[in-house]
Amino acid sequence: MSVPILNASGCLDALVAPDVAETLDAFVTKTVTPLPREGNPPPRIAETELGMLNSIGLQNPGIDAFLDEHLPKLAELAVPLWVSIGGFSASDYAELCARLDERDEIATVELNLSCPNVEEAPEASAELVAAAREQTKKPLYAKLSPATWNIAETARAVADAGADGLSLVNTIRGLSLDPQTLAPTLARGAGGYSGPALRPIALQCVYACSGAVELPIVGMGGVTSGSDALALVAAGASAVALGTVLFAEPAAAPRIRRELAEAATARGYGSAADLRSNANESSSPAGVSTI
Amino acid sequence: MTTLGAATPSDTVSLGTGDARRELLQVMGVEAVGPYSLVRVERGGLEPGIPGQFFMLEAPGRILPRPMSLCLAPAGELAFLVDAVGPGTRALCSLRRGDAIHVFGPLGNGFDLAVERPLLVAGGIGIAPMPYLADRLGGAPALVGFRTAQQAEAASLLPRADVVLEPRLVTELIPEDPGSVLACGPEPMLVALRELVPTAQLAWEAPMACGYGACYGCVVEIEGRLQRLCVAGPVLSS
Repeated sequence: MSVPILNASGCLDALVAPDVAETLDAFVTKTVTPLPREGNPPPRIAETELGMLNSIGLQNPGIDAFLDEHLPKLAELAVPLWVSIGGFSASDYAELCARLDERDEIATVELNLSCPNVEEAPEASAELVAAAREQTKKPLYAKLSPATWNIAETARAVADAGADGLSLVNTIRGLSLDPQTLAPTLARGAGGYSGPALRPIALQCVYACSGAVELPIVGMGGVTSGSDALALVAAGASAVALGTVLFAEPAAAPRIRRELAEAATARGYGSAADLRSNANESSSPAGVSTI
Repeated sequence: MTTLGAATPSDTVSLGTGDARRELLQVMGVEAVGPYSLVRVERGGLEPGIPGQFFMLEAPGRILPRPMSLCLAPAGELAFLVDAVGPGTRALCSLRRGDAIHVFGPLGNGFDLAVERPLLVAGGIGIAPMPYLADRLGGAPALVGFRTAQQAEAASLLPRADVVLEPRLVTELIPEDPGSVLACGPEPMLVALRELVPTAQLAWEAPMACGYGACYGCVVEIEGRLQRLCVAGPVLSS
């Protein structure tokens, strides 16, 4: 058994690069919202010394076009499908889950609980998960922001509300200024900070949540090597997702999978999964095929 | 010099615009062309693609690669003209013969080469794709504008170029009946050209993190909607 490797939501378009999607153990879609969203004005990305900022603004075709046009094509790919959804109210999440529940092509639903305008207090996240839970029997993964005062408490709240797993972590808000003008580089000012700088933050969140709840965890944040993935597994992740690294290296997943196996073996574990069971007892994420 | 993790074997990615490969390639040399640098890498198994398509070049020490259109395609090589304007382009211009960088491409949509009486129009570093384009069009004439005489040294890469220096602008020299205009340059130049020659093919520019449709970072307004330039462009018919 190996550790499943996924993409982080919003970091790969499987319809443009199907080969890349099929290197993953599951493909996670860009977040789908009830209505189409054009997203934020450009510039939307800025590189920093240790990572990058993005303010894409949840650009997506909306649930109707997603189900009618995108999902049938995604279902043809040889990879299990996770659909990320986002909204601005509990009723948005409920409506989206009701629509997705009817579609057998979808293995898992990931709840993006880190939208702008959505309260990130533990009870608010739990309310969104509870609303989603009522509408679907599909495995529900709650994707949490690292910018919370006590992520373990949020993890307990969403577990009690019926989440089947956690996706940890989303980007953290950051700002960069143009060195000449000292004006914000991104048109919207702040953006989500990702890449290697996020690694210790993600590691701490996975560690804190794996100690707090019994749910499987997809760990992500700045993973660029098998050693980074191994650290997340040691902290309690049962699967690992790749984000920013996919921008620079489309074929990062096979390399990281190989390096992860080598790194586990080099430390005396038969597999990375042995290390995980050593680290915590949580099971493999539902909806991910494991070897 | 790998930015992210260890060297990977070469790989091919099938994209809507064709197959692109990513390989670790040796740097053959970096030559000054006026204030710009011509970064020459071995071709490896990469196709040069259609003029106007671009490649993502690993910028040593940086998180993200940088998009560069192909400037020249001599046998066994790919050459990119780079203006050192920021940390990524400075890292590329600081490469030395014998270094190795990952190169991914060709990406995006290039110029339509099935044109009558082509006229190439470029401004500043927008000259970058023109030498390869001129070559593929059998030595098309070009109009190139620059801010400084030093920048204008880059016109030596284009055998049939008429050069203008600011305050004169290339748009002032567009003939009454220009034929098929294929252009690359700063946004104000492209916007002005679009007004003058509605049929022009224009190569646009945007910051890109991935170059293959993954990040949604490079959107520009096309036909009233924000679309990814790396997938819809970078060459667009006006």
